[in-house]
Amino acid sequence: MAEPLLAIADLHAFYGESHALHGMNLEIRAGEVVTLLGRNGAGKSTTIKSIMGVMGRRSGSIRYQGQELIRLPSNAIARLGIAWCPEERGIFSSLDVRENLMLPPPVKPGGMAVDEIFTLFPNLKERLRSQGTKLSGGEQQMLAIARILRTGSTLLLLDEPTEGLAPVIIQQIGQVIRTLKQRGFTILLVEQNFRFAATVADRHYVVEHGRVIDMIENSELERNMERLHEYLGV
Amino acid sequence: MDRATRITFLAMLVVLAVAPFVLYPIFLMKVLCFALFACAFNLLVGYVGLLSFGHAAFFGSAGYVTAYTVKMWGLPPELGILLGAATGAGLGLVIGWLAIRRQGIYFAMITLALSQIVFFYALQAPWTGGEDGIQSVPRGHLFGLIDLHDPMAMYFTVAAIFVLGFLFVYRVIHSPFGQVLKAIRENEPRAISLGYETDRYKLLAFVLSATLAGLAGGTKSLVFQLASLTDVQWQMSGEVVLMTLVGGLGTIFGPIVGAAVIVTMQNYLAEFGSWVTIIQGFIFVVCVLTFRRGIVGEIIGRFGPKGAAPTGGGH
Repeated sequence: MAEPLLAIADLHAFYGESHALHGMNLEIRAGEVVTLLGRNGAGKSTTIKSIMGVMGRRSGSIRYQGQELIRLPSNAIARLGIAWCPEERGIFSSLDVRENLMLPPPVKPGGMAVDEIFTLFPNLKERLRSQGTKLSGGEQQMLAIARILRTGSTLLLLDEPTEGLAPVIIQQIGQVIRTLKQRGFTILLVEQNFRFAATVADRHYVVEHGRVIDMIENSELERNMERLHEYLGV
Repeated sequence: MDRATRITFLAMLVVLAVAPFVLYPIFLMKVLCFALFACAFNLLVGYVGLLSFGHAAFFGSAGYVTAYTVKMWGLPPELGILLGAATGAGLGLVIGWLAIRRQGIYFAMITLALSQIVFFYALQAPWTGGEDGIQSVPRGHLFGLIDLHDPMAMYFTVAAIFVLGFLFVYRVIHSPFGQVLKAIRENEPRAISLGYETDRYKLLAFVLSATLAGLAGGTKSLVFQLASLTDVQWQMSGEVVLMTLVGGLGTIFGPIVGAAVIVTMQNYLAEFGSWVTIIQGFIFVVCVLTFRRGIVGEIIGRFGPKGAAPTGGGH
């Protein structure tokens, strides 16, 4: 089997004194869509922040294309082709949609053309001149995803992209993720909503108390529903 | 430029052209020098969110260098002013390099401390003239042709420098570089995680701001034919903060209005002696309490398009 695109081994992370990740292990192969499922506070977002280098104290190993990330600053990690769409979306409110879209620096050749991005997100094209703050939640989420597609990044870290959005928008975002997978992107998705996750992902890691406690192939999700319900407490 | 900005800019050009025939040119030149200084300061605090409390160091030391090189070396005025700006740039590089490692109040304190060193140097060094400063600096002939001792010639030279400086700031703010600066102001960690080495952007913005402050300071020393400790001491750093806040932080015209208001107050209230500072302080308090966004910021907020009001910077 080929080397995974991203391999996390025995990752520990801390918020100040509080120990948030307790030896996280996971692997993502190129072209996969993988989700992190788990309850609030299980360490899903922390895992993504650790990959991105924005957590203060970390130990263990995070290897991307064979390269160790654990000592790199966040901007250098982004330059390797890893793009992060944070839970709070991070749209710059003093910039308009076009400026937000054009802000992230290209890191690799082969990023999506702006026209292509508009085919994925037609709403954004109509709102190019709108201030970042004037967008609806769904539009902000689309912009947050759209702007990291231009950069040529190949690994996308999406933190709860469906949170607080209307079902029709969630469907649209699901469609986008499937299209991105076809285009060859590798995606790590944090989700609370496993019904949504099931429509887009290849595999699911279940996270609890800062470590992975189970891995379920999407094709076997149906058969393992009870197990999953137990994990997630739904 | 959008329409409102273009109209305001054209109106400003008209005012600049007519003003010296109505008002005392020296007063106007003082306003323009401080307006440019405030624009330079606003570039940093309004668009990057870095509150420097040491900008007098760039303004004042540029004044000394321009005055000295023009008077003692007999350099032409344009070269003297450029050397002043270069002094601002050089000092900005050193002070900025040290200061951008910290944020908020610590950033302000570092810039203040370093500018105090510059002040101390200006006080002690033999070539700066100590308490006397460098006096009776000849204005010379611009490009060897135009005699700057003619007030009108000097005025239009200063006005041209100001307009160029203003346009430069406008260009920077609206460039992709300026957008990264705004992104840093708003959410620096996010800008970093998008792949920007934000320290380099902050340092470049700092150096640009210091250079323009130097340009303003060098020009001012030719206008008054004097370089003195007033321009390099910490009160001057405070004054430029005041001008920017009164005019409107993070607005393109705000610092100009602020500089005009403060300089006018200082000039026309001069008869009240030391009361000026008290009146100034009172106006500042009223300003902060009633229109926090500054004069221009408030106008944009009330009459401008929705969402156009500056989000402001600083910490």
